Amino acid sequence: MKKRTLFEKVWDEHIVCPETEQTPAVLYIDLHLIHEVTSPQAFTQLSELRLGVRRPERVIATMDHSTPTDAPAPGGRRVVRDSQAAAQLRQLQINCDKHKILLHDLDHPQQGIIHVIAPEIGYTQPGMTIVCGDSHTSTHGAFGALAFGIGTSEVAHVLATQCLLQRRPKTFAIHVNGRLPRGVTSKDLILSIIAKIGVGGATGHVIEYRGSTIDALSMEERMTVCNMSIEAGARAGMIAPDETTFAYLADRPASVDRQKASERWHDLRSDEGAAYDRELTFDASDLEPMITFGTNPEMAIPIRAPIPKPNDNVSVQKALQYMGLSSGRSLLGQAIDVVFIGSCTNGRLLDLRHAASVVKGRKVAPGVRMFVVPGSQTVKKQAEAEGLDHVFRQAGAEWREPGCSMCIAMNGDHLEPGAYCVSTSNRNFEGRQGAGGRTFLASPLTAAASAIRGTITDVRELMGAP
Amino acid sequence: MRAIHILQERCVVLPLNNVDTDQIIPARFLKGTVRDGLGAKLFADWRYDPEGKPRPDFILNQPAARDARVLIAGDNFGCGSSREHAPWALLDFGFQAVVSTSFADIFRGNSLKNGLLPIVVDSETHHQFSSNSGCEVTINLETCTIIRPDGAAISFPIDAFARHCLMNGVDELTHLLGQEEAIATYERRLP
Repeated sequence: MKKRTLFEKVWDEHIVCPETEQTPAVLYIDLHLIHEVTSPQAFTQLSELRLGVRRPERVIATMDHSTPTDAPAPGGRRVVRDSQAAAQLRQLQINCDKHKILLHDLDHPQQGIIHVIAPEIGYTQPGMTIVCGDSHTSTHGAFGALAFGIGTSEVAHVLATQCLLQRRPKTFAIHVNGRLPRGVTSKDLILSIIAKIGVGGATGHVIEYRGSTIDALSMEERMTVCNMSIEAGARAGMIAPDETTFAYLADRPASVDRQKASERWHDLRSDEGAAYDRELTFDASDLEPMITFGTNPEMAIPIRAPIPKPNDNVSVQKALQYMGLSSGRSLLGQAIDVVFIGSCTNGRLLDLRHAASVVKGRKVAPGVRMFVVPGSQTVKKQAEAEGLDHVFRQAGAEWREPGCSMCIAMNGDHLEPGAYCVSTSNRNFEGRQGAGGRTFLASPLTAAASAIRGTITDVRELMGAP
Repeated sequence: MRAIHILQERCVVLPLNNVDTDQIIPARFLKGTVRDGLGAKLFADWRYDPEGKPRPDFILNQPAARDARVLIAGDNFGCGSSREHAPWALLDFGFQAVVSTSFADIFRGNSLKNGLLPIVVDSETHHQFSSNSGCEVTINLETCTIIRPDGAAISFPIDAFARHCLMNGVDELTHLLGQEEAIATYERRLP
């Protein structure tokens, strides 16, 4: 029998009609996640064609992108002041009511960022095909699911048929071995990988992350890695499920019958000797905390390294000009205005624990605004149960309601023009966090350390003796 | 969708690599619920200053761009967010094709579904177009060729199914809806 990779196993399992030269494969989609921004036009298309939603029980909706993160008045509800955002959210409510789709609205106890809530409630499971009108759908690959972002036309396709037309992507194994050094997290690992292969380096491929470093990561850390696969252009990122995965899934409210599922799940790993289209080996043991200096995620460097010279690279020249930075010196000591802890990349409990461990007993530097935005209501409640909200508030940080917030800056949380922000999110594109805003991507540890000093800081200086 | 066979239009050059969809259409313009009207916000932060006045040095604000329908773009065009608002904005502005050395996967798929042609060419062909802003570009879907400024007809790759949809003005959804029997059979096998 042919030796198959993890990706091939999941792909083969979901083929409704095989691919031919003339037509792409028809791929069955197990789970469809939707949110307010990329779904309204898809529902409109369904109405125009007089089509219904084929399998509403396979669709999960949340409000996250354009949702405000201001705390409601005590006993009150969250208020959406932006009338356009309010209309968009209302439309999602109407569409979900009409088609009987489960919606985690602003009052729902499990509301949050779609890529945070689907795993934590247990909707995301190994071996599934998962899509969402959002590029960070790659997050769910951490469970051994094939999960990828789609456009709004495809959202309509899945709503109407529960299927997508797809050409089979290529496979790309990234082997990571070695123990992550102190102060270095999975965020630093994925930034290093992207810096190495480039923002278009994995285009057309599904990455499988493997090796001892990956095996040792928690589910939260694996989600951070898979989440940013798209920042290397990958179609998806995947990690074979193992005991860490099964333990995470064990007490999820929406978990399936594990007895039945576990046999299938245990086979979800690449066969020994299975061939990939591309492979890369990476040593994690000498990594350092990473930070971006430019305007896309491949422009990342070890925090003590000098900003590289652009030479004749017009994109890097333009990036440095936008960032107001010059090459030849490191970013350490660079003054900042804002720190953002949150997003589908780093808005989970572990991320908040990391940030709180640095902030505890210290104060956010004068003049710096620190936003802490839990990825979901569940994360928020867990963090509050541990007293993390208190740690952040004591330090002078803002503890806010769940949502995408300043990762995409369409909900009212945004940078002022020219402001510098150390952010735990996934994109440092020009204006991503607000028109004219300037982003340094980093881990929650680095972001928290920078908030305390008010300048870009190597977190290892604040960590004390090991 | 209208059928496309041959496109013969002027081009304009945006000589940058890795142009992300946040530049093509910034997120703050994604709060609508319709597809139309996004052309006015295309490349908003590069086209307009913070007061909303056009930046004269940006290529799309120059007279040469006025009747351009083909965008010559850099490597990995359309990377980042999956927002289909990016091809909607390009089309609404008036573009009918983007020519580059490579495209991000989701952007390419979204473009094809909306009748915006993402044409991949080799670097020599790309160089000829980039150094001839304003020149006429002929893209022929029947022969899968693009005519270079030097007159050479260069083949470009395009998925056979996407080409069929573009040339017949049909939607992928129509094809998917036609697979009902196979989908129902598959669903009966599900655990």
